[in-house]
Amino acid sequence: MTARIHLRDKEFKVRSGMTIRSALLRLNIQPEAVLPTRDGELLTDDEILQERDEIRLIAVISGGAH
Amino acid sequence: MKCRKCGEKAVIHMRQHKLALCKNHYLDWIPKQTQRFIHDNKMFNPEDRILVAVSGGKDSLVLWDVLSRLGYQVDGLYIGLGIDGGNGYSAESRRFTEIFAAEHKLNLITYDIEEHEGLDIPTAASMTRRGRERPCSICGLSKRHIMNRVAIENDYDVLVTGHNLDDEAAVLFGNTLNWLTAYLQRQGPVLPNRSGLVKKAKPFFRFYERETAAYALLRGIEYMYDECPHAVGAKSIYYKVLLNQLEADRRGAKLSFYLSFLRAKETMNFNLGGDDVERMLHPCTSCGQPTSTPDLCTYCRTWKEVRDRREMMLEQGIES
Ligand code: SF4
Ligand SMILES: [Zn+2]
Ligand SMILES: [Zn+2]
Repeated sequence: MTARIHLRDKEFKVRSGMTIRSALLRLNIQPEAVLPTRDGELLTDDEILQERDEIRLIAVISGGAH
Repeated sequence: MKCRKCGEKAVIHMRQHKLALCKNHYLDWIPKQTQRFIHDNKMFNPEDRILVAVSGGKDSLVLWDVLSRLGYQVDGLYIGLGIDGGNGYSAESRRFTEIFAAEHKLNLITYDIEEHEGLDIPTAASMTRRGRERPCSICGLSKRHIMNRVAIENDYDVLVTGHNLDDEAAVLFGNTLNWLTAYLQRQGPVLPNRSGLVKKAKPFFRFYERETAAYALLRGIEYMYDECPHAVGAKSIYYKVLLNQLEADRRGAKLSFYLSFLRAKETMNFNLGGDDVERMLHPCTSCGQPTSTPDLCTYCRTWKEVRDRREMMLEQGIES
């Protein structure tokens, strides 16, 4: 019963059945700092993780003294 | 979660507005909101000629897209910094910018620093006292100077940048932690023009960073995803992480931090002493841009220091 979450070159295994938001909080990833996608489609973070889901997170924080 | 407007499946939930939208309604909502911010803050009119500073990153390309969808006359300015950093940062971000401009038939001005000053940013930074670890100081001041110069020389009415709420809140946080009153005085979504300085506006100042990223994704705008290598460990990123922590516990915390600052500035007698600096502005003896430092402006002084040092090194036969 696992789904996988990818962020840049990292991969995390999480239990399916919980929301993306709870999975992110458990992994110490700030929900505000990422956008979850599945097969290139944007998802809201109340989406429930399904068995064998592959979720890609798009990091949105940019910075520097621009 | 369902779209508030049509009941279809939502693609984004903006917790601070308690608003979830589907793809189509989101792609409508962003330009409408932008137009409202432009109007409410008197940023510019349809007759104005607008120059948008584009870096190839999400915010500036999305801003260019939204303003042109709204029918404004908006040209882009890309500044070539010559940063490689292992991921070909400048070359790649330039490529994204050029592709975007070509696909949307928009006019792009490119200004390459090395072409004009003889050295790229990392090389120049290695020759200044302050910039040896991080080129952000000379990079930031050069970009600000060049944006203003290009806008003035080409008669643009306003210069716009893609700064979002997270950028502004992070700057405000840093300025407040250190009580940098002169900076606080000048921080805001619009800076009026003064002699030698073009009007500046930040139409995205109320959008969260994830909202501009979501727009880019949904519109299929390809942007430079990797950061400038010198942004690693930047204070602004650290402040953004702290503010996002607040936001996770209390929705809307970032937005209200920034908006209540703007309100306080307007309603209270918020005399932060910045006016004194304004009064002391005079034209730089070399380039003519207004400056508060005696004689040369910071841009001219810094680049003069770089060239002098370069010359000295060449005379001594040291390769940089
Ligand atoms: S992170 Fe620093 S060096 Fe890189 S573009 Fe921004 S200001 Fe310039
Ligand atoms: Zn809808
Ligand atoms: Zn000058």
